[in-house]
Amino acid sequence: MGGVRTAGDLVLRMQLAKKMKITEAKEYVAAKLGVTLEELHDVVTMTELREDRGLGLAHVEPCAEENNGIAAKFRIAKALDIEINSVERFKERAGM
Amino acid sequence: MDEKKYFTRMGDGSIVYMTETEIRADIEEGVADAVLRGKIDPITEEEKEHLYKIVTAPGSIVGVEPGKQVVLTNDSGAYKINVKSQIPIPKEMETLIYERCLGCDSVDVGNTDYNYKTAKGVAKREASALKQALNVTTMPLFYGAMTNLGFYTKPDGPVDNWAVLLPDGKIKEAMAAQEEAVEHAVRDVVFVAEQMYDVGADGFQLDTSGAAGDADFLAALRACEEITKKFPGMGVEIGMAGEFVLGMHGRLKYDGKRLAGLYPHDQVKLAEKAGASIFGAVVNTNCNKSFPWNIARVCTFIKACTNVAKIPVHANVGMGVCGVPMVEMMPSDMISRADKALVEIGKIDGF
Repeated sequence: MGGVRTAGDLVLRMQLAKKMKITEAKEYVAAKLGVTLEELHDVVTMTELREDRGLGLAHVEPCAEENNGIAAKFRIAKALDIEINSVERFKERAGM
Repeated sequence: MDEKKYFTRMGDGSIVYMTETEIRADIEEGVADAVLRGKIDPITEEEKEHLYKIVTAPGSIVGVEPGKQVVLTNDSGAYKINVKSQIPIPKEMETLIYERCLGCDSVDVGNTDYNYKTAKGVAKREASALKQALNVTTMPLFYGAMTNLGFYTKPDGPVDNWAVLLPDGKIKEAMAAQEEAVEHAVRDVVFVAEQMYDVGADGFQLDTSGAAGDADFLAALRACEEITKKFPGMGVEIGMAGEFVLGMHGRLKYDGKRLAGLYPHDQVKLAEKAGASIFGAVVNTNCNKSFPWNIARVCTFIKACTNVAKIPVHANVGMGVCGVPMVEMMPSDMISRADKALVEIGKIDGF
């Protein structure tokens, strides 16, 4: 699906976390993000959305607000209403 | 005038030109072979027609209809760049290239000697590399390796080699050796899984399951069951070695079902019972048959699998499986046709 260029990483997270098949996983992510299925596959729409919401990008203009890696995954867990193992372990190690 | 011939390939990747009549005949034969072996339903006439159009579509690369894109998981991902392509970078850096440059949906970090017996000895070091990668990447990361039961045989491993015992007629000894190897393998896989869970792995890949036969598949199923119970926050993907579980033991069962001889539509039900999040289905490529023959056979098997699956099915589209020719350097013409057919006819959830 293009990973962080669109929403492929998010759809895959739903397959892993909830064993959702592809259509259900896409519909779930689209509903949580408030986009249509067409927009979910669209690199332009999703880049803007991911930048606004700090969900991680493939390509950024360097700035303090740039969000990738663990910071983005904190926001993804909240946006999708799921637990992400690396986020949970990070909290544990950080004493959060 | 001669009948028009279309560019396609054989299962070994060599170029071949076929007429419409020849392509349609091979599609029929491929479907019939899957129906006979798997005792499954054929794909429909409409699907055969769609497959013919995919095989003969103009253009080097073809694509799925908009909105039908699927997600990608993989195996041995984090050594494709530094080992296979000889670009000397650490594997935790490879994950960033997969994410930011290649647009992958996930990747797995694994040892270059891609099996759990080897990974066990360096598991904490492997976990450390995974942890570094998890801190800087956004997409899901797996840890992956093969169960690879053959590695547990003497002289490198602790148990007698059943491939040596069987030709000598030592059937009981060969069966006992495989049963013992399963215990070793499950213990190793679960130990590695714990290290990876502790650093935050999103997923755990049990790759090429069944490579050494039914005992190998049993080890993967039992390890999956244990991992998903102990570490529910880490999904498990079971990827298969071949379309058919070889009966090297012959009597092993999981949840009352004999493993030897199972095809993908039966394998996936056991993966579900073991708690897997994703099932990686495999159908072998026959090098002596054409791409139309192979992909028709693949679509028939895979559709039967996705029809009964309650978990996502990711078709393996590497070298020599699921319609992909048996070559090291992949021809994008056949890869893209195989992908399109698997999505639009096989109804897969990912690759």
